[in-house]
Amino acid sequence: MWFAALLVYLFLYLPLTVVVIYSFNDSRLNAEWVGFTWRWYEVLFQDEEMIQAAVNSILIAVGASFIATLLGTMAGIAIHRYKLKALPFLVITPVAMPEILLGVSLLLFFIQVLHLTLGLLSVLVAHITFCVGFVAIVVRARLAGMDESIFEAARDLGATPWQTFRLVTLPLILPAVIAGALMSFTLSIDDFVITFFTAGVGVSTLPLQIYSMIKIAVTPEVNAVSTLLMLVTLGMILLAARFDKTVLRGQE
Amino acid sequence: MALLELRNLTRRFGNLTAIDNVSLSVEAGEFFTLLGPSGCGKTTILRMIAGFDLPDGGEILLDGKDIAATPPEKRPLHTVFQSYALFPHLSVADNVAFPLRMSKVSEQETRQRVKEMLETVHLADKSDAFPHELSGGQKQRVALARGLVNKPRLLLLDEPLGALDHKLREEMQIELINLQRNVGVTFVFVTHSQPEALALSHRIAVMNEGRVEQMDSPANIYSRPSNRFVADFIGDINMMNAQIDVVDGMQLRLSVAGLGAIVAPAHIETSTGQAGAFAIRPEQVVIGAPDEHAELANRFSGTLRDFLYVGDVTTYKVEVTNGTLIQALLPNAAPGKARFFELGDKVTVAWSSESGMFLHE
Ligand SMILES: Nc1ncnc2c1ncn2[C@@H]1O[C@H](COP(=O)(O)OP(=O)(O)OP(=O)(O)O)[C@@H](O)[C@H]1O
Ligand SMILES: [Mg+2]
Repeated sequence: MWFAALLVYLFLYLPLTVVVIYSFNDSRLNAEWVGFTWRWYEVLFQDEEMIQAAVNSILIAVGASFIATLLGTMAGIAIHRYKLKALPFLVITPVAMPEILLGVSLLLFFIQVLHLTLGLLSVLVAHITFCVGFVAIVVRARLAGMDESIFEAARDLGATPWQTFRLVTLPLILPAVIAGALMSFTLSIDDFVITFFTAGVGVSTLPLQIYSMIKIAVTPEVNAVSTLLMLVTLGMILLAARFDKTVLRGQE
Repeated sequence: MALLELRNLTRRFGNLTAIDNVSLSVEAGEFFTLLGPSGCGKTTILRMIAGFDLPDGGEILLDGKDIAATPPEKRPLHTVFQSYALFPHLSVADNVAFPLRMSKVSEQETRQRVKEMLETVHLADKSDAFPHELSGGQKQRVALARGLVNKPRLLLLDEPLGALDHKLREEMQIELINLQRNVGVTFVFVTHSQPEALALSHRIAVMNEGRVEQMDSPANIYSRPSNRFVADFIGDINMMNAQIDVVDGMQLRLSVAGLGAIVAPAHIETSTGQAGAFAIRPEQVVIGAPDEHAELANRFSGTLRDFLYVGDVTTYKVEVTNGTLIQALLPNAAPGKARFFELGDKVTVAWSSESGMFLHE
């Protein structure tokens, strides 16, 4: 058994490790180890296109996770409170749907229905769409484990519905809300497929930028940016798991 | 004027009439108990009084005013939930302070009153603890303190002792009685345990399938149940179908199924020919050797089939000649008086013409 587990881990992490190692290789080619260098990271931070893509990525990730967290939290509470049957399905479907489908349908929606010029805004809306479900799932899972009567107890002891939310509900779901926000951030900053369909020309994000670079060759610079992206993602996920363990258990 | 009055309260869930035309009133300062089997609608009544559920018919009056339109937070009453419902993210002191903060009591007074209240429930040393660090009995006391600290007009308690073990339960019962007496808050208490109801209450409403079967003092509920359901639900009782042969002033002559003719007291409105049941508590029945108890009006010989010794008393089950079982309960304390019988012994069971009762269907 442990051997199988080891194989799986090797399979998962070996490619990632190779990328990280070669990002420090003092050679233009991903062939043999020459020596240690920070060179590619310096190149990275002087690449204006790359910097612009990173700024876009961060803007979108911050905006999308913020708005998705607000909406997702409300959705999670509503699904739980009113024992809604259809809404969970509607909110969670984008999470499970093949990304390519979501990407194509959002593209058609933006262009043909909204007549929107594709750009940062369309990417932002697209990212919110698939992050909302995640936040809702995590918040709802947190609520499901709680004793219903504490919310009634708050009302009973003199709290208005708003006070009940502020003083009881929110503090209790806060770990899930923070975890949901961090997860949304990583989902958004990593996303390629949906961004690819909804970005249009002229707007780039980190994953799009990496893709356009490897069309030519896998340069050490790509290794470097991938390493950084990996670090950010890993940090966020670990942080999210600290707040709410359900995020590591997947989607229930 | 009664503090709380329910008038023709009705609540339906689909086809089920969970509360069926219930009327009752609770006086200020009273310890009032709703007693009934699981599913009879006790919680539903409390939830309507507290404002978490709305009646389909009838009125709920507090101090004579209909509170149908008042949201839960505006009703001058608090609830102690069966699950305690303590706020897990707040310390014991903050849990107890919650209702005071909601009604904008100054922070200084809040601290003072929380301290006093926690002393009253013997939890002064736990004020900084969190709910998950407390035992069941301690949580229970925090819930009580939180419900009482703001001196509500009325405290609703939904099976608050249900989750406690036997010994703790008895301790908490005594604390509840003292607390209610000292704080002077009116209690509406829900339980399905009849000994608990008898021990704690000033008055009991016995419920069954959404209706109130009888409302009276514990002593009257026990000794004068108004129908078969109440008699059967409260305590052990021998009950047999019976018919009235003769009404003779304060005495009834009955034909009892499986027994024959007996004499019983007339407590309720009766007339000759009525059918119903004869009921008698095991402690009103004596057991003796075949020649004993000749002085008692109702006397049957039989065979001892079973007995249950529980230390202070023994319950004997005697099969009288034609297959009917009669239970007799005897204290084991009386020296010389106490007789012990073996299974299969020929014995006599007997009771006076003043014992037992006739119940309508
Ligand atoms: N929200 C609801 N929807 C449908 N039926 C309900 C609802 N609440 C209660 N009932 C039904 O109403 C009846 C009374 O329920 P209630 O909870 O008041 O009983 P109870 O006397 O408190 O029982 P217990 O001693 O088990 O707590 C039950 O048959 C129950 O199934
Ligand atoms: Mg109940």
